[in-house]
This record gives sequence, C-alpha cells and structure tokens, in this order.
Amino acid sequence: MELFTQGDPIADTKAPAGPIEKRWETRRFEAKLVNPANRRKMTVIVVGTGLAGGSAAATLAEQGYHVKSYCYQDSPRRAHSIAAQGGINAAKNYRNDGDSVHRLFYDTVKGGDFRSRESNVHRLAEVSVNIIDQCVAQGVPFAREYGGLLDTRSFGGAQVQRTFYARGQTGQQLLLGAYQALERQIGLGNVEMNSRHEMLELVIIDGKARGIVVRDLVTGEISTEMADAVVLASGGYGNVFYLSTNAKGCNVTATWRAHRKGAYFANPCYTQIHPTCIPVSGDHQSKLTLMSESLRNDGRVWVPKTKGDDRNPRDIPEDERDYYLERIYPSFGNLVPRDIASRAAKNVCDEGRGVGPTKLGVYLDFADAIGRLGRKAIEAKYGNLFEMYERITGEDPYEVPMRIYPAVHYTMGGLWVDYDLQSSIPGLFVIGEANFSDHGANRLGASALMQGLADGYFVLPTTIANYLASGPLEKVDASHPAAVEARTDVEDRIQRLLAVNGDRTVDSFHRELGQIMWEHCGMERSEAGLRKAIGEIRDLRDAFWQRVKVSGTGEELNQSLEKAGRVADFFELAELMCIDALHREESCGGHFRAEHQTPDGEAQRDDDRFAYVAAWEFTATGEPSALHKEDLKFEYVHPTQRSYK
Amino acid sequence: MNLTLRIWRQKGPEDKGRMVTYPVNDVSPDMSFLEMLDVLNERLILDGEDPVAFDHDCREGICGMCGLMINGDAHGPQRGTTACQLHMRQFTDGETIDIEPWRASAFPVIKDLVVNRGAFDKIIAAGGYITAPTGSAPEAHSTPVAKANADAAFESAACIGCGACVAACPNGSGMLFTAAKLTQLSLLPQGQPERYTRVIGMVDAHDEAGFGGCTNAGECTVACPKGIPLNTIGRLNRDYLAATTKGGNTPGS
Amino acid sequence: MAVTGILLVLFLIAHMLGNLKVFTGETSFDHYAHWLRDIGKPLLPGVWFLWILRTVLVVAVVAHIWAATVLALRARAARPVKYAHRKKVRGSYAARTMRWGGVIILLFVIYHLLDLTTGTLNPVGNEGKPYGNVVADFAPERWYVTLFYTLAIVTLGFHLRHGAFSAFRSLGQQTPRGERRARNAALVFAVVLCAGYLVVPFAVLTGLVS
Ligand SMILES: Cc1cc2nc3c(=O)[nH]c(=O)nc-3n(C[C@H](O)[C@H](O)[C@H](O)COP(=O)(O)OP(=O)(O)OC[C@H]3O[C@@H](n4cnc5c(N)ncnc54)[C@H](O)[C@@H]3O)c2cc1C
Ligand code: HEM
Ligand code: HEM
Ligand code: SF4
Ligand code: F3S
Ligand code: FES
Repeated sequence: MELFTQGDPIADTKAPAGPIEKRWETRRFEAKLVNPANRRKMTVIVVGTGLAGGSAAATLAEQGYHVKSYCYQDSPRRAHSIAAQGGINAAKNYRNDGDSVHRLFYDTVKGGDFRSRESNVHRLAEVSVNIIDQCVAQGVPFAREYGGLLDTRSFGGAQVQRTFYARGQTGQQLLLGAYQALERQIGLGNVEMNSRHEMLELVIIDGKARGIVVRDLVTGEISTEMADAVVLASGGYGNVFYLSTNAKGCNVTATWRAHRKGAYFANPCYTQIHPTCIPVSGDHQSKLTLMSESLRNDGRVWVPKTKGDDRNPRDIPEDERDYYLERIYPSFGNLVPRDIASRAAKNVCDEGRGVGPTKLGVYLDFADAIGRLGRKAIEAKYGNLFEMYERITGEDPYEVPMRIYPAVHYTMGGLWVDYDLQSSIPGLFVIGEANFSDHGANRLGASALMQGLADGYFVLPTTIANYLASGPLEKVDASHPAAVEARTDVEDRIQRLLAVNGDRTVDSFHRELGQIMWEHCGMERSEAGLRKAIGEIRDLRDAFWQRVKVSGTGEELNQSLEKAGRVADFFELAELMCIDALHREESCGGHFRAEHQTPDGEAQRDDDRFAYVAAWEFTATGEPSALHKEDLKFEYVHPTQRSYK
Repeated sequence: MNLTLRIWRQKGPEDKGRMVTYPVNDVSPDMSFLEMLDVLNERLILDGEDPVAFDHDCREGICGMCGLMINGDAHGPQRGTTACQLHMRQFTDGETIDIEPWRASAFPVIKDLVVNRGAFDKIIAAGGYITAPTGSAPEAHSTPVAKANADAAFESAACIGCGACVAACPNGSGMLFTAAKLTQLSLLPQGQPERYTRVIGMVDAHDEAGFGGCTNAGECTVACPKGIPLNTIGRLNRDYLAATTKGGNTPGS
Repeated sequence: MAVTGILLVLFLIAHMLGNLKVFTGETSFDHYAHWLRDIGKPLLPGVWFLWILRTVLVVAVVAHIWAATVLALRARAARPVKYAHRKKVRGSYAARTMRWGGVIILLFVIYHLLDLTTGTLNPVGNEGKPYGNVVADFAPERWYVTLFYTLAIVTLGFHLRHGAFSAFRSLGQQTPRGERRARNAALVFAVVLCAGYLVVPFAVLTGLVS
C-alpha cells in the first residue's frame, strides 16, 4: 500500500503583498477589531501556559475577552518553557555591532536552511524588540552591565551579540513574567485557570473549532468546554524519542487530536538535536539534561585522535587531541549551528573516537578558558551549569573536561498555520513550538523563546480579533451532537486503554519506540532505515494495544493512564514523522538524509524539488495521509548552500 | 545497591494514609532519586499494585513540580538540590529511606506524595506582579538598573515555587516564598509604584491560605533548593511595617 | 511579639543591675529595694511607682504570651499531620526551643515571685530584707534552688539569643551583613545577661556574699 497520497497544493492567503517590512503593519491595519463591549461575551480557550500560551491568555484577558486556560501541571508557572536556559534573541542592536531587524530576519531564514516562510520570519524579527521592552517592564531580571544597561551575548552561531539572558535561567524568568501577568488576570476574574487538566479532544461544529474535551487529572472527570475560538500552545513533541531534553510530560496529544480532526501537520520530520547534553548513563535513564549552548562560547570540543584511547583526558597531550570543530570549521569553530555540531559529534563517535563509559560522548574542555579568564570568571558565567553537571555525573568540570553528546531538543515541525497563526481548521489557532511556522528546518539558539512570546503577546491577539470580529458565532453548548460524540470518543479510548490489562508497562513501550526513532529517524536518516522503522513502529503499536498494562481506574489521579494516552498518540505521530522524512529526499537543517550529502559530508538541499512546506492531512485511521505542498518563495534572502567553513 | 523504602501511601484526600515498606534491589548510584522510584513503580504495575503517585516534570531542578520529604529533609540530604536532581550516590547500600509528602494544611494531599500547592498561585495573584499591559512598555533602556540591584533581584527571582520552605518550616509558614517574590519586585524601579499594596496583598493572601506565621526559625532557607536568602524575610517585614504604619502607602511618601 | 519581648528585656537589664548591687553590701542592697518602693515620693504615694512598673510588666508578659500562643496555635493548625520521620534541627537550636523555653521561664518567674517578692517560699521570707532572703536562698545546703535558678536562666539565655535576633528581623533588619551582626549582638547580649544573673547565686554559694 502507498505510504501517502498527493493532495492539492495549499498557500498562505493571509500575508499581504508588498514590501516585506510593511506586511505586518498592513495586516495589523487591515485586521478587523472587536468592540470592547462585545469582547466580554466572547470566550477563548487557550491550551498551554508556556511562554506562548501564558502570554496569549494574559494579553487576551487584558483586552477584555473571557479566557479559559489549561495546563497539565499543578501550576501554570511550571510549563516546560521554564527550562530554557540560554537566552532570547532581539534585534535591539544595543551593541552597535551591525545587528538589525533585517539581519535577524536574514540569519533566521538562513539558519532555517531556507525552509521557512519569509513573511513570518520578518514579522518575528520586527516584534522581537517589543518583547524585551515588555519583559523589562514586567520586572524580568535580565543580566545587566555595570552601567545598569542590559547585557547581551552571542549565541548559537550568531556573529552579533543579540541574545538577552538571565544567568542560565532565561526561560524561567520570562515565563514567570508571563505567569505573573496571567495570575493577575486570574485574580481579576478574567481568566478561568484549569491546572491539572489535560486536553484529549477537539470539538468541531460546522467546520469551526468550538471547544475541547478535557480530563481533570485529579478526579478523572471528563468535561466538554465550549468557546468562540481555540488556541493550542501545547509545545513540542520531542518526547516521541522517549529520551529528550523535554520535560517528562511534554506530549503531542493536543495537536495530534486536532490533526486527526482535520488540522494539517507540517514538516513533522524536522527535529533539532542539541549538541551539548549530558550523555546517557544507563538504561534507567528517564530524560536527558541540556548543558546550555552558551558553554560553547568558552569551552573547546575535542576527542582523542586515535580510536579507543582510554587515557584520562588530562593525560592526553595537545597534539594527540582532535579539536574537530575548530579543524573542520575554522571561521565558526566551536560555535557552528546545532545541527552541524551534533552531526560532527556523531561522526567522530561512529569512527570509534567517542569518550566515556558508553563511548557516546565528546569532551567539552574549559581548561584553556580557565587558564585565560581565571576560575572566578568562569564560575560567574557558568557556575550553576557546572554545579548541575557535577550533581548529575559526580565529576567536577573545573578539573576534568565535561562529557557531552547530542540529544533531541526541539521540534520545528508542528500544526500548519497561516500568517494569522490559524490552522487549516477555522477558529483553531496554534502558537509557540506547537506550530511549524518560523524556524524552517532548523531553529537558531534563543529563537524559540522569541517566537513563543512574539506569538502570544503581539501576533495572536491581533489576528484572533480579526477572526472573532466576523462573529458572533451562534451559541452552542456541550449537548451539541458533535460535542457529545467527541466526549464519548475520549471515554471509549480511556476504557480501551484500561481494558487491555496486558503484561508490559507503558514506559517499556515508550522506551522501545524511542530507540527505533533515535536509530532511524534521528541525526541521520536513510531510505532503508526509515522503511524499516515504519514497519517496526506499526508492529510495536499493535503490540501496545494488545499487551499494555495500565493500572488503576479512570476516576482518580492515575499517572500511568496519562502516560498511556500520550504514548498511544506518539505511535501515530512517529509513523508520520518517518513518512515525512522518507518523502523528503534531500538534506536540510535538522533533517539529514545519508543519501544526500556533499562530498565533504555537508547537508545537500534540493531546492528545485523540495523548497516547500509538507502539510499532512489525516484521512482515516489506517489510511495513508494526504500530502499538501505549500511552495516557499524567497524574494529577499536567496537560497545558498549554508557554509560555516 | 539495595534499599528499603518506607513510603507514605494515601489513596485520596479522604483516606487516612499510612507508611508502607518496599524493598528495592540493585539500584545504580547513577540513578536519580525519581528514576529509582520509576523502577519501583514499573514493578508495582506489573505486580498489579497501584504505583506510587509523585509529582515531577522537568527533572532538571527548575520547574518546581517535584517535592518529597526524604528522611525528614525537604528534597533530601544534598543542599541546594531538588529531589529530581538528587542522585542515589548520596545514599548507602542497605539504607532505609522514609519518603513523605509536604505536610501543610495549605498543601492538602491529593494522593500518595502529590499535594495541591494552589495556595502559592493565590499569593502571586494577590500582588506578585508588576502591572504592565502588553504593548504599553517603554523602551527597555529608558530605566537603567544598578547591577547590584539587578543581581539581587535575580537571586530572589530564582525561586521555583516548590514549597520545600513550607515543608521544612516548624510553623508551616510560606514566608520565604512570599518574601522571595516581594524582594525581587521591590528591588527594581519598575516595582516601586505597587510596592506597598503588593506586600499587604501578598501577606494577607499568605495568612488566609492557612500558612503559619514566621518566627524567624531559619529552617526554610536551609531546605530551599535555590538558596533563597533569609534576609528576604527582613525586607518583607520592613516593607510590611512601612505599608501598615501609615506613610508607606500615603501618596508622596 | 518584638515589642513585648523588648519591654521584658528592658526589665531584665534593670533587674540584673539591681541584683548586682548585692556586691555593694547588705545595706545598699536593701536600701535599693526600699528605694524601689520609694521613688516618685512625694509625687506618688507609697509603692505606686513599683506598682506602675509591675503593671507594665504584667501587661507585657501577658501580651507576649498571648502573641506567642497565637503563633503556636497557627503553627499547629498549619501542620495538622506531623512527619513520621522527625529531623534534627538544621536551622538554629535556640529558635526551636522558644515555646518550651518560654514556658519554663514563666514557671520560674512564678516560683521566683513567691520566693523573693512575697517570700512565701523563702526560708527567711523577710519582706523588708531581700538581702537576707537572697543569701538564705542560695545557701550551699539549698543547692537545688541554685540549680533551678541556673537552669531557668540558661533557658532564658537561649530564649533571648534567638529572641533578640528575631526581634531585629521582625523589625525589618534586611541585609546579609546586618544579619551576621544581629546574630552576634543577640548572642553577646544573651551571654552577658546570663552571666550577670548567675554571679549572684554563685557568689552566695561560694560564700563570696554572706
Ligand atoms: C532544556 C531546554 C532548553 C531550552 N533553551 C532555550 C533557549 O535558551 N532559548 C530558546 O529560545 N529556546 C530554548 N528552548 C526551547 C523553548 O524552551 C521551547 O521551545 C519553548 O519554551 C516552547 O514554549 P511553548 O509555550 O510553545 O510550550 P511549552 O512551554 O512547552 O508549554 C506547553 C504547555 O502546554 C501544556 N500542555 C501540553 N499538552 C497539553 C494537553 N494535552 N492538555 C493541556 N495542556 C497541555 C503544558 O501544560 C504547558 O503549559 C529550550 C528547550 C529545552 C527543552
Ligand atoms: C510563657 C512564656 C513565654 C513564651 C511562650 C514565649 C514565647 C516566645 C516566642 C514563641 C517568641 C518568638 C517570637 C518571634 O520570634 O517573633 C518569643 C520571643 C521573645 N521572648 Fe518570649 N516567651 C515567653 C516568655 C518570655 C519572657 C519571660 C521573656 C523575658 C524575660 C521573653 C523574652 C522574649 C524576647 C525578648 C523575644 C524576642 C521578641 C521577638 O522575637 O520579636 N519571653 N517568646
Ligand atoms: C539569680 C538571679 C535573680 C536574683 C538574685 C533575683 C532577685 C530578686 C529579688 C531580690 C527580688 C525582689 C525585689 C524586691 O521585692 O524588692 C526579685 C523580684 C523579681 N524578679 Fe528576680 N532575681 C533573679 C532573676 C530573675 C529573672 C531571670 C527574672 C525574669 C525572667 C526575674 C524576675 C523578677 C520579677 C518579675 C520580680 C518582681 C519585681 C517586682 O517586685 O515587681 N528575676 N528578684
Ligand atoms: S523559596 Fe525556595 S523552597 Fe520555597 S518555594 Fe521557592 S524555591 Fe522552593
Ligand atoms: S523556617 Fe519558618 S519560621 Fe520563618 S524563617 Fe523560615 S519561615
Ligand atoms: S521535576 Fe522539575 S524541579 Fe524537580
């Protein structure tokens, strides 16, 4: 049977024509407004309280809409955005080092390996400057210089210092800013906060998104919530690999359920593998910990020149070390973009030159930096990261070099959205990591926080108004047949999961799925491997539905039931990821196909055949998905072979 | 290594609850504490028993979701470390480990080791913010902030809202959490306009939530995984006095 | 709390100085005791001043105990279920003994009043002649009295060590450096006060005062 079918091409109809720097302004002006008096009567559901969801809910409530907010954690403050370490980009050009909106736009399109939409990226760069103002006004304690002005640093492959940061906890501080704004609205009664609630289904009425079905994770109660529009800000799906830098609860359920209801899923195979994570220590491993990329500013990456050199790193003389990034990429050295750094690490390990017990690791060495700047300076910059490393590995990075290895970190793919961030289902908006929009095939460091806040604070509030203004939609409630059906689907699914009562735990299936994906759909992909993976995933999914054991009932706090539902969706997503990776017969950004590389092993794009967004439409369970292509035009940044040599 | 765990099991809010003993064998010292509990739960599930419910998410020590009383220490024996970052190399073979939930009437137990920390959100909602409607912000560089203040504000802002301070406090007080946020905001120029209404709002919300009063016992800061300093409570008291003894909130002063 | 506590401290200081007059000999000590009753004359008749002093004290103690009790009750309400695994103190030991310490002090004060103010429990119990009372009190053969006094005063020392620091905090002391200072000041103060009180019974015990 065919793996997929061809659907009709699609296009983004919302971005205005005209010069790119005028487009957002034009769109803002053309967007219809909602009369303040009517806003109160309109309800917007926001799923997710991360940077994207939290900032959106707070802003919409402030504007007078009635907002219902959901997250699976016990508090909106714990959304996964909290874990972001490095920083957030903004084209403020405070350093006068030649930065500008246009350069940030240019770098992001290039960094995305020419697989993103120019209009969206340019808007992102424009809005970036307002984000910093907004956050400072909220009391986000960004790092400052002695003059009292904001400090910035260079990050992940950028040659200008445009990254604002708060020690190694930028995401935490930005999220708490949004969270506090959200709590204020909750206190004022404008937001109805539902923490420990998980969205399990989308409700569509007359082709429009009108509500969601949620499960109260404490009581197990299933309820249907109706609204005038639904916003998904549910984050990324990196946990399909089981081991990733994502929080344990990160899942695809919210977006996948919407996909099954008709929302197109774009570029699922674009996955970012982060080069600097702490290597796996054993099969008990439950997640991987990121060591902020900023470490690459001062640390030098190396492996022994000879295979299987087991000497203590300190005993290996300089001339027997291979500082491979500096060797291969003289001009960028240790600061090459993530996908390149990751693959380079994989290659040296494949050559058998990996270090550490598992041989899946490379050294990140601070000896030179400590010698040059002194221990104090390094402590001030990275103290908390070094402590974290020591807590986890039991090794002191001031004495022995860190060991690092790439790990799944971010998913560029997500639900397809137009310039207004509306999915292919009217009334369903998708923001933050959950959508596919701005990063193309590879995200630059410190750009996800920027995108999440841009979407939530500035873009969505404008564009959703345009949709709501076309209302009022006729009132519907949970008794509507479509709503009842969605609800029964959810209940049946939970019963099915509980009924299997087999002999394997959910985690054992998740781990196995992760291994398949990492092996065949990870840093390097090949046709043979992907075909193999698709077969294995299907078998494993069948096994799951016959052998999984979920303890307890649906009417209580039941963490293994929560996991089971999420893993079931990961199985379906995993298959689509592999199909997407298989169909894209080129290498670009986070998607590297072994068959498509330059003689010296760099990613080989094929712009003639693949300069498009692959938007997948769900047809029916067990039926092949339909591929809709959105062609990408590059009027301002002309595609070139990325070279960081 | 082999361990004996004594874990608090409680089916739900109404259940009385009890300590139950579980042996766990061949634990690797490289495991995190939560991974050790994962191993136990895998076994319980296969044995058809109810796995131990505990909160966690990031497992990186930053989300504040995890929280266990381990041998009477909030987040366990290692200073400045959350339960999820605690590794088994901190324990010795054959040890018996007691695991309990946070104990505070403001944090009612939901199940086993899972408690409801909603009271913290209420404290923030009562003033733990700076009112800055989206889009209304002035250029970020229009108000410089002395580096010392920015750094001190950051130090307090590092609070992850885990609740260990309450769990460790002999009075079950949430003063350190409240003081951390107040200190951050009152150290920044942007935080001045709401300074005194904020402290009254937050302290009142703290007391209404059923937390105990602070008698400066100093246990909280020892248990705090982010080392929030005790003097933040002094700052809270000072702002509170200023706000209540008129002057603080009278215009102009 | 802080305010009442500090009132009590003030009394303690005055009282200690008073006691130290023991060393200046019988007459001056008794004289001091009488003087206590006479100051204010002729403005105030008889022992009024002392009574004012006493009322202030009683009010302070009552208010103090009331505040302490409120705190204690709130603390109990805040943790209805106790931990199965109780932990050695990681913060300050003095801080954890405030409540029991306080109660002990109270009991002591009651005994002490019956002993030296009313004289009921005093071997001599001569209202006018406190010097004699005191000396009789701490006579070597009544070592247990001395022991009890000593315990009580050490407890008081602990109470004040944390109390004084805590008072600073409650009144808004806020810098890390100030914190160290406050802790030291509290410690020194507590030690001095203890010593100041203890010399009297031991002086009597060792026959230095007789
Ligand atoms: C370790 C780490 C470090 C990073 N560092 C950086 C960095 O330095 N700079 C940078 O720019 N980016 C960084 N990133 C990426 C960035 O943090 C994320 O892409 C971004 O925070 C995503 O934000 P979000 O709001 O889209 O989603 P999230 O913050 O993931 O929020 C998802 C929300 O959706 C809710 N949710 C999910 N599913 C459901 C459901 N089914 N029902 C109900 N609610 C649901 C969750 O409760 C949560 O509130 C990092 C990521 C990681 C993992
Ligand atoms: C039943 C008797 C007593 C009880 C239960 C008691 C209890 C307490 C408690 C709980 C505190 C801590 C309050 C805080 O830290 O904020 C305290 C503080 C203090 N107590 Fe007592 N106490 C008693 C008697 C006394 C006596 C007799 C004195 C002095 C002679 C005294 C002097 C102080 C002082 C100076 C403080 C510090 C005030 C402060 O902490 O702000 N107390 N007491
Ligand atoms: C060894 C130490 C002490 C000695 C020798 C001592 C001695 C005395 C004497 C002689 C009197 C009677 C004074 C008079 O009636 O004229 C007295 C009264 C009193 N003492 Fe002490 N005392 C000591 C410690 C304390 C302590 C530690 C406290 C409190 C914590 C205390 C509280 C009082 C009070 C409240 C009175 C009653 C004062 C009054 O008459 O109003 N004493 N003491
Ligand atoms: S103050 Fe410390 S212990 Fe208390 S909630 Fe914050 S981080 Fe946790
Ligand atoms: S331990 Fe408790 S009493 Fe105060 S100083 Fe900390 S909150
Ligand atoms: S799980 Fe996030 S802090 Fe422990």
